[in-house]
Amino acid sequence: MSADLAWMDAALTSARPQAIGALLRYFRDLETAEEAYQDACLRALRAWPQNGPPRDPAAWLIMVGRNAALDAKRKTARLDELPPEEALSDLDDVETPLAERLDSANYRDDILRLLFICCHPQLPPTQQIALALRVVSGLSVKQIARAFLVSEAAMEQRITRAKRQVGRADIPFETPSDEERDARLFAVMAMIYLVFNEGYSTAAKDAAARIPLCDEAIRLARLLQRLFPSEPEVMGLTALLVLQHSRAAARFDAEGNVILLDDQDRSRWNRQLIGEGLALMDKALRHNSPGPYQIQGAIAALHARAAKPAETDWAQIERLYVALERLTPSPVIRLNRAVAVSKVAGPAAALAMIEPLEPALEGYFHFHGLKGALLKELGRSREARVAFNRAIALANTAAEAAHIRLHLDRLENDTTAA
Amino acid sequence: MLYTLLCYNSEDMVFSWSQEEDDAVMERLHQVHGKLHSQGKLGPSLRLMATTTAATLRKSDPPVVVDGPFAETKEQLLGFYVVDVENLDEALAIAKDLGQANPGGSYEIRPVRLFLPGSLPQSAQESAAEAATEDA
Repeated sequence: MSADLAWMDAALTSARPQAIGALLRYFRDLETAEEAYQDACLRALRAWPQNGPPRDPAAWLIMVGRNAALDAKRKTARLDELPPEEALSDLDDVETPLAERLDSANYRDDILRLLFICCHPQLPPTQQIALALRVVSGLSVKQIARAFLVSEAAMEQRITRAKRQVGRADIPFETPSDEERDARLFAVMAMIYLVFNEGYSTAAKDAAARIPLCDEAIRLARLLQRLFPSEPEVMGLTALLVLQHSRAAARFDAEGNVILLDDQDRSRWNRQLIGEGLALMDKALRHNSPGPYQIQGAIAALHARAAKPAETDWAQIERLYVALERLTPSPVIRLNRAVAVSKVAGPAAALAMIEPLEPALEGYFHFHGLKGALLKELGRSREARVAFNRAIALANTAAEAAHIRLHLDRLENDTTAA
Repeated sequence: MLYTLLCYNSEDMVFSWSQEEDDAVMERLHQVHGKLHSQGKLGPSLRLMATTTAATLRKSDPPVVVDGPFAETKEQLLGFYVVDVENLDEALAIAKDLGQANPGGSYEIRPVRLFLPGSLPQSAQESAAEAATEDA
């Protein structure tokens, strides 16, 4: 019985993006679409245990949700009676082919549109994420509030505001041109990456609450990949997310301190996610059409392939960062490249590379952390201490600060010993 | 007689399971596996990664590689068992047991025509992402 309930739960969750996407196209209104879907879910909970599961849950939910919403409209207009429940639960065999004809042609654009309206440029990133988690993934406001470490009331308000903003905007309902579809796809990929990072860049004490964000992002990336099976950047994005997430269990120690890549217990990396990421990268590379997500995925893959830190192919990682910089130049990417340079060419070369970045990254925690580490390696303790102190002042989380303090302590010990 | 049970299910759904749900299904399945194993009826069996990781080679001339699984279907091939049974009834009984442990989807039950046990070294068998449990 509980297995049945779990099955229904999974069926409703997985059908959600397609069902709401199709209902949004019918009703051209997000709120009506969501209500129609809710209504269909309630009916499913009554009908499915009695009649057995429909062959195509999404088609069933779309059909029943649409009828229910139309009935609700009729009811408010003329107080007509709702059709009997039995009639609705029987529609599976008769109407599924119809629903399929109606919807499978639009499947991809429906889901993409639903994801895309969450990326509304006027919404700040955190609201985009919250909206996508609520509307597309179907997480409860409570779950989302927990993940963002805010109160339920505050999150409710944030999501309501975001929905209002999206509701006022012109939702593009016509079938997109190829260029428009590409633009939507890239906006959606960026949003999915934001969802992931929101969960990934977290302190240990919050990890349990925020890891669901990483899981959701991966689920959305896989969904996107099924919609665009031949798009190498989507493969790269999924690979990047699963490869980063494969290290989740090894990233913090028992006290909640960050464990850097070099010091992680690699036996705790998730082999299944690594296998998926490597397989996806193999597929993506065959397309010979590199993009930022593929390059970052390839870098993550090189880390994942190294059984020991010493086996990491830093020279190749450095080349990949050069390629990434060419596509999307940014001081942060240059900074990451400098880490690889320090492994290949030594700390002096890396330091020379990051010093010109100081004006751009003056307020960036990682800049001062890396600068301190390089100076320390070069034996320039006094300057290293200044950089580490600056990093601590800029730390975003207690764990980040604690990590730098560890460096600082070691530095003090070394200096005293010398 | 050797039969295969080809496991079809909606991948969308299986991949929306939480880790706990997935673990619970695997735990129930491993109980069935353990029983079959101790009866000497369980042959090589596998669970496949998502169809998003699949590529398909069409044997045209020249061969063409396509991203994704061979066929777009409502339910996807997610794994298979090889079992040694007396007859179809026994294979169906095993499928029912497995189906109770893991509801949803279908098993296609088909006799094996040629069986190559293979010669994979232990290390290759262990390189699959999910190592087999000791009882199966």
